[in-house]
Amino acid sequence: MANSKLPEALPALVDRALQGDRRALSRLISRVENGGTEAWSALAAIYPRTGRAQIVGVTGAPGTGKSTLVSEIAKFTRQQHPEITVGIVAVDPTSPFSGGAVLGDRIRMRDLAGDAGVFIRSMATRGSLGGLARATTDVVKVLDAVGFQLILIETVGAGQSEIDIARTADTVIVVEAPGLGDEVQAIKAGILEIADVLVVNKADRDGVQSTVNALHTMIDLGKAPTSVLHHGHLMTIAAPPEAPIDRWRPPILKTVASESTGIAEVLDAVAQHRAYLTHHPEGQQRAKVRAAIELETILRDTLLQRLLDRVGPADLNHTIEQVAARAVDPYSAAEQLLS
Amino acid sequence: MDKKIRILIAKPGLDGHDRGAKVIARALRDAGMEVIYTGLRQTPEMIAEAALQEDVDAVGLSILSGAHLTLLPRIAACLRERDLEDVLIFAGGIIPDEDVQPLKDAGIAAVFGPGTNTDHVVEFIRGQFQTA
Repeated sequence: MANSKLPEALPALVDRALQGDRRALSRLISRVENGGTEAWSALAAIYPRTGRAQIVGVTGAPGTGKSTLVSEIAKFTRQQHPEITVGIVAVDPTSPFSGGAVLGDRIRMRDLAGDAGVFIRSMATRGSLGGLARATTDVVKVLDAVGFQLILIETVGAGQSEIDIARTADTVIVVEAPGLGDEVQAIKAGILEIADVLVVNKADRDGVQSTVNALHTMIDLGKAPTSVLHHGHLMTIAAPPEAPIDRWRPPILKTVASESTGIAEVLDAVAQHRAYLTHHPEGQQRAKVRAAIELETILRDTLLQRLLDRVGPADLNHTIEQVAARAVDPYSAAEQLLS
Repeated sequence: MDKKIRILIAKPGLDGHDRGAKVIARALRDAGMEVIYTGLRQTPEMIAEAALQEDVDAVGLSILSGAHLTLLPRIAACLRERDLEDVLIFAGGIIPDEDVQPLKDAGIAAVFGPGTNTDHVVEFIRGQFQTA
């Protein structure tokens, strides 16, 4: 799909984006989102300017009020600290059938319209399944590089497999709402383990206290597994029973985002979590795990691309047909392509 | 490369009927496009700013209030102010035939009236962005 005109040269686009040109920023985000080696060279160019923003993820089941909460957090931050600029990346699912998507998170963010200190970008998952798009981390880097100090990421919210956000954000807010399910839902949902801050939104509804109680119970029961690096490989270990007493315990907060209630407390908790990460060894450990996953992802993508370039579509198709016809097993076929 | 056609669907003005906008959004999604839907009662500035932030290829405007001759040219002007003159603008809703030419003169590429087949809209947009 090509636009009528030629795309602008990437280095010039990067320069203009870094100088604060919002049009250039928006185009650069698209180029990064569309991927490929060009995207990587742009990311390499901006990388030295990244690492300054505070990155906060917001996840939770559909209908819990993620978009409204994100909007309120941005609005409150801008009111209290007008010098802090806010970037928002809102992810919605791509239809697996058509490849298209309807991205509707801006509907709940209309209060932010007209504020030049806020930049909102909607992203479709484009086939990725972990609650974010494959390029979400890269788009966050672009926003970080051009100087947004607070970056909010809203995940898809499919509910139970939203772990990508823990690898992208410094602090993850998990949003729940009363009446969405019983305690078993909270056990099933693997997202409780990634919560740094738990928010029970729509707290003006019936059943708030039982939701809060259920979450307290879950947190007391849970000994969150931890990812560690072992000889360069990522491993998950159960937290030892004698886990240090000063380990972060996710606070459980009540909000009514649609009425701007409880937002200050959420931001306080986010700030406390940030302070915790800078003092506690867990902060370093997280950074290391994140770097390992990122490097591994880039290596996997690069190696696959190089291999496919070398093999060529004809040979690849031939091999696929052989495997489909069961003339060769997929393991030997892969071995042949690699050799 | 994984380029998708990105389209902003917006409802300018004060009427609260967004069924048409939702039908179009859905049809474009089913045609494989990424549709950013912004909801009701958008000002021209809000629409142009959203188009900028989302880096869309086209903006589709649904309007039933009768204020199209005022609002649509203003939206086109707001887009131009932000260097978005290359963004395709199309409109749908209750728009009398005699108003179509003035709108085209103002930079609205196409006007789709009530009863337009959504396939027709999809074909029109595809035609604008297909490589020759």
